[in-house]
Formats: sequence, C-alpha cells, structure tokens
Amino acid sequence: MELANDSMLEIPHARALGLKVVYFADDKVRVKAGYADHLVGDPDTGVVHGGVLTALLDNACGMAVRPPGVERADLAIATLDLRIDYQGAAQPHRDIFAEASCYKRTRNVAFVRATAYQTSPDEPIATCVATFMIGTSNTPRDKTPGAAP
Amino acid sequence: MKLLSELRAEGRGQDMQAVVERIPYARFLGVSVERKGNEITTVMPFQESLVGNTTLPAIHGGAIGAFLEMTSVIQLLFDTACEWLPKTIDVSIDYLRSARAVTTYGRAIVTRHGRRVANVRSEIWQEERDKPVAVSHGHYLLTPY
Repeated sequence: MELANDSMLEIPHARALGLKVVYFADDKVRVKAGYADHLVGDPDTGVVHGGVLTALLDNACGMAVRPPGVERADLAIATLDLRIDYQGAAQPHRDIFAEASCYKRTRNVAFVRATAYQTSPDEPIATCVATFMIGTSNTPRDKTPGAAP
Repeated sequence: MKLLSELRAEGRGQDMQAVVERIPYARFLGVSVERKGNEITTVMPFQESLVGNTTLPAIHGGAIGAFLEMTSVIQLLFDTACEWLPKTIDVSIDYLRSARAVTTYGRAIVTRHGRRVANVRSEIWQEERDKPVAVSHGHYLLTPY
C-alpha cells in the first residue's frame, strides 16, 4: 500500500488534489480524496466540484488497469473515454472514496468500472465506466512550442 | 448560489470571470474566462500541479475532465443567467490526444436547453484549434430540488 501510495504521489496532480491509496490489490483499488477547501465547487454549500470526482475516478480507474500482479504493469496507459453518472450530491466536509476494478483486459484495451462514495459503496454518489489504451507512447517529447507531436 | 444573484443584481449576470474567481476549485486549476462579444472561451494555463504523466509530460486526464466540465457549466450560466449552479447528471469524455505542458482553451455549445435539463457539448484544444485534445457531452439539471 505504501509503495502504491508513493508511486501515485509521484503524479503531481494526484499530490495537488491530496489523493491517497487506501487499498490496492489485483481485483480492486480504493483511493481517497480528503475534503479540502481548494476542492470546493459551490462556495455557498462547501460541496466539492464535480471535477474532483472526475479526477479521483480517472486516477483510481487508471490504477486498476495496472494492479501489482499484472503483467506489463510498467506500460504507459492513456484514458480513451470516461463516463460518469452523478447519483447524488456529496456531503460537504467529508472525504470521498473511489473504488475501481478492471473487469476486462485485452492486449491493447482495458475496461474499468468505478464507484465514488462517502459512507459505503452501496450508497454511491457517482458511478463511472472507462476504457484505457495500454502501452501508449511514453517517450519524452520535444518541448519546443509548435514542434510536431 | 448567492454570488450569481448578487452579480445579476449588479447587472453583471454574464461576468463569468467573476464567477470562476469565486469558485475555489476553479482557482486551484487556474481557470479564467475570456469574452469577446457574446462568445466566451475558458483558459487553463499550464502549471506543474496539473501534470498526470511526468515523462511526456502530459496533463492529468482528471484535470482535463474537470476543465471540460467547468467549460460546460460556465457556458450554461452565460447563456441562461440562472441563479443557481446547474447540477451535473452525467458527463461522457473522449480523450483524443495527450494534453501537453502548454495552455489549454475551451468552448462549449448548449445543444439543447429544456425546462429541466440541458445538453452541453464541450471541446478543448491547445496550440491548434482544429486538433482538439478532448471533447465531452453531458446533461445538466437546471431546476433546484
């Protein structure tokens, strides 16, 4: 868990959001987004912005694609698409969890589902399905503006 | 949202820059709004805290999704001048190419505006307008409970 958390914290955006890996196994990953003032989307109520859920779910889904025991776990991945259904408002001042599992993995593509919740996964605030490309290019690119991708 | 009714009372119901300045998460992402006539563009300058892949480097898919969603909601507020924040019902994002370490721009179109629900499409790009980085479409609930 510590190792998974350390490697996730190497992702600057995950660190900036304050994400934490609380469970990481081959069948499931659970990531926590602790409540923080900078994540608020509605200053009147203190409810976090929907974009925080997007980032949390995307990150959890990406991790589920490459759990500890999976071959080619070192390959780079890229999100192909992500669909989120919002089932209920998040309560302000409470942490949000995302639980993700990869239900099908082919040579090139991985299919993942995830649930975001505060109390229990049985009471979701959002559910999501995502697909990822596996083995995308991960070579540093020329940073000069206007250079061909 | 108090802010929206305040702005409206001041006759600044379409000042979307004032709106993003009051949303903590929009400030965290560094989002601003540029307006030319009746057209608005959201802008997200690059910053280190947006990175999701340090090797490439590329902006995190979550930050891209959040920016798309913000672009949609801002466009809805601009078009409708409603007094409360629309609630996202669902959003579907297609990632078309990795987002580089440069400024990202966004535009949205309210495809259908019903009494209770609006359908919004968004597109974001970086250096080339005709090479979008990601697109989204989503449904937003307009009525308060």
